[in-house]
Amino acid sequence: MIAELGLAALWLAAALAAMQMAAGFMTLRVAGPTELAKLIRPAAMVQGVLVTLSFAALVWLFAVTDLSVKLVAANSHSMKPLVFKLSGTWGNHEGSMLLWVMVMGLAGALIAAFERRLPERTMNATLAAQGVVSLGFYAFLLLSSNPFERLPVPAAEGMGLNPLLQDIGLAFHPPTLYLGYVGLSVAFSFAVGALLTRQVTPDFARAMRPWVLGAWVLLTVGITAGSYWAYYELGWGGWWFWDPVENASLMPWLAATALLHSVSVLASRDALRTWTIMLGVVAFSMSMVGTFLVRSGILTSVHAFAVDPERGTFILGLLGLFIGGALLLFALRASTISEGERFAVASREGALVFNNVMLSAILAIVLLGTLYPLLTEAFDVRVSVGPPYFNPVGAIFAVPMLLVMAVGPLLRWRQDRPERIGREAALFAALVLAALLLFGLLADVALLPLLGLALGLGLAIASLMPLRGRKLTRTPLATWGMVVAHFGIAVALLGMASESAFSVERLAAVGEGDSTTVGPWTVVLQAVEPVAGPNWTALQGRMAVSYDGGTPITVAPQARNFWAPPQQTTESALVTRWNGQLYAVIGDRAPDGRWQLRLWWKPFVPLIWMGGLLVALGGVLALFGRLLTDIRNRRLAARIAERRADREALA
Amino acid sequence: MSWRLWLPLLAFAGFLGLAAYQLTQPKDEFVESGMIGQELPYFDLPPAIDGVEGAASVHFADGKPRLLNIWASWCLPCIAEAPQLESLKRQGADIVGIAIRDRPADVARFLAQNGNPYARIGRDDLSEVQLGIGSSGVPETFVIDGKGVIRYQHIGDIRAEDVPMLLEKLEEAR
Amino acid sequence: MIRAVIAALVLALSLPLAAQQNMPPAPYAYRQLDDPAQEAKAQELMETLRCLKCQSQSIADSDAPMAGDMRHQVRLRIAAGEEPEAIRAWLMQRYGDYVSYKPEVSATTWPLFAVPLLLALVAGALLLRRFRRRA
Repeated sequence: MIAELGLAALWLAAALAAMQMAAGFMTLRVAGPTELAKLIRPAAMVQGVLVTLSFAALVWLFAVTDLSVKLVAANSHSMKPLVFKLSGTWGNHEGSMLLWVMVMGLAGALIAAFERRLPERTMNATLAAQGVVSLGFYAFLLLSSNPFERLPVPAAEGMGLNPLLQDIGLAFHPPTLYLGYVGLSVAFSFAVGALLTRQVTPDFARAMRPWVLGAWVLLTVGITAGSYWAYYELGWGGWWFWDPVENASLMPWLAATALLHSVSVLASRDALRTWTIMLGVVAFSMSMVGTFLVRSGILTSVHAFAVDPERGTFILGLLGLFIGGALLLFALRASTISEGERFAVASREGALVFNNVMLSAILAIVLLGTLYPLLTEAFDVRVSVGPPYFNPVGAIFAVPMLLVMAVGPLLRWRQDRPERIGREAALFAALVLAALLLFGLLADVALLPLLGLALGLGLAIASLMPLRGRKLTRTPLATWGMVVAHFGIAVALLGMASESAFSVERLAAVGEGDSTTVGPWTVVLQAVEPVAGPNWTALQGRMAVSYDGGTPITVAPQARNFWAPPQQTTESALVTRWNGQLYAVIGDRAPDGRWQLRLWWKPFVPLIWMGGLLVALGGVLALFGRLLTDIRNRRLAARIAERRADREALA
Repeated sequence: MSWRLWLPLLAFAGFLGLAAYQLTQPKDEFVESGMIGQELPYFDLPPAIDGVEGAASVHFADGKPRLLNIWASWCLPCIAEAPQLESLKRQGADIVGIAIRDRPADVARFLAQNGNPYARIGRDDLSEVQLGIGSSGVPETFVIDGKGVIRYQHIGDIRAEDVPMLLEKLEEAR
Repeated sequence: MIRAVIAALVLALSLPLAAQQNMPPAPYAYRQLDDPAQEAKAQELMETLRCLKCQSQSIADSDAPMAGDMRHQVRLRIAAGEEPEAIRAWLMQRYGDYVSYKPEVSATTWPLFAVPLLLALVAGALLLRRFRRRA
């Protein structure tokens, strides 16, 4: 019954999306306000409620493990812990698509309920575009990926969930990314709406900005979490593989980062109009391309899931429709939109434009490297593109970007004299050079990590300089956000460079009771014992580890065997100190009875993810700052209007 | 109107075309060996079980073309291809087996269950020969001509319909 | 038909993992070379070689038995004094460009290098145009 209710709600929501789309486009063709226009906002709001109900129904089915539903039987198991039953809802293709449309529905409802800044025509066009996108996804779900399909005969037991995914990381990582993608779809709708009515104004940028910021924060968190998950779950200490699926999440982030900055320029300076629109379209198209690559199985990847060529065809169709349509509209309309305000090279806008171009170039490199194997396969040649390509080629554009990023925020809007920030720039240059010399001479560090260390140090200081001479308590939240996010980039960069420059690896066969060392750590393998979990058994190595002769700490990495479905995973043990992380994995037993241990000492590696979280925190601060300002302005406007009404009444 | 505004659409159309083309293509996971046309690298493997002869590269350059079958007792498609190897042997093919990462006891059990079509079976515990001839999985079957040159690589299990083709390749390699 | 073969292959690659692990790994699959300089060389090379049986992983971070055997080969050859690039060439002769993550300019990979160059030019031109107009 619950399943049928969920499906019915989904159909109704789809119908409302169709209505929202049709009404939106029809009002666009009429000049003045129409009766039809009054339907649009309520349609969006009711649709949000319905699709949420539908998703709740699916969560319920997974919570009670209703094995008469095909999706539950295929992806869940009655013995699974409840939290993984719940996260199993979106740990599969159909469920994750439903989550996606639910968030999209909620986002549409939110805009419909609260966004009042834009001219009504642009608003209608935006909601119509949102309707098109939603309708596409509803069609996808209902026609080819129905999550509520019943089995003719209920299954006796579920098939289980991929054990690699039975991890608390999974409960948060993919949904965060989807939320980010959805946020970009809203930005896309705004961009298309503005393009349709040719009203690309600062108000449009202000309406779009919170969605871009929110999406960007979620993407940042999602990528950071995903990287940490790969780091501790895959068992080899790697945190970024330039795998197609990782790239699929990085590309929207790069586009969103560029969009975020250009939308800020548009909001405060009324410049970069077409560029912002273009980035709005590109950012969403990158999330769609990513989704396509991951789900069509067209590329091989460690993370590929829900692979199915038929779904691939459907997503590709949607992609062609949405993005092709938007780009066509762009080609037809963009020349009628003027560029907006002008500015000089040495200005805040100038620096932002430079970095936007660099970010776009990096995005193009990642896209090229990800798609290139696909291209050569069409000619029956197989090639591999991996870290040795992405790292140096990306750096060609990343290094100038980081240099400009250090001084850009110090420049004034519109026009500035470079001499004015001479002292700050000199300080930054001195720091970078000193670090280059120091690490270059004292330690044997490869070029890229060396650049990373030097730029990271310089940028960490430079990113705080915009606060100089300001009263910290009176500094706007949005400025704080920028400073924190830029500082976070520096921190993450330091972590990456340090990991690559200073990691120590030890592979050793160790008998029970014996010890080995890795960097400053001594590791004693005390015992290897079997342990059992709810749906797995494992061999657990109990180790006493001590840093530089200090008090030993006990850690217990495991080699787990899951039985539904049968699969082995490694559970690494991590010991975090202020200056780095010890990473321990237990492997197989050698023929002589000793155990294969894999140990790494990775100095300052946690900075990578701390930096990522700082970046996200910066985004949150900026988002709050903007929202608070919006609310204050809205109140002010209401009060002025009230007073005027009073005065008129008196007169 | 500027022509540059059409570039994004053009690039996107290119991507769409490529993706659509690749979707219609069967996913080819095979890594083909670059050693076709090259001489078999030197190797000398001990027997995989007692009672059979080991395999070495010197056995190949004696004028008679042979099949070199890379397999393992732990590999399921190898069970599926066993009857085809048997039929190839009946039709005169000389098959040299190389057992990858395998224990003698497992090899013996596999041969007892599925028959032994092999003239010789070498034991490759470290995948040395496999890497040497550019094979990336089990099972794979190579056609080696009478001069000891690798002529053909068949990736995956041998199906019934592949048998005549392999016999033909053997004939060509004469 | 081809799909059936692939299905069989996928099965072959996924199921017998447990069985494969009955065999102890190759001696140098999980053991470092005693000479740290040689081990560093080997590690650097292994990080740029693709695990043929995995998806987007180098042999330096894969538990697949074949990756272990490849690590063994690499370490043995490095220990025997072979140059990393010679080992890479040896593998590329067998498995083509696919086995190496290190891009080398060749008939099949030149666009990977041409496009960044082009991008740099376009980016430069874009910025110049944008700012010269008003200067």
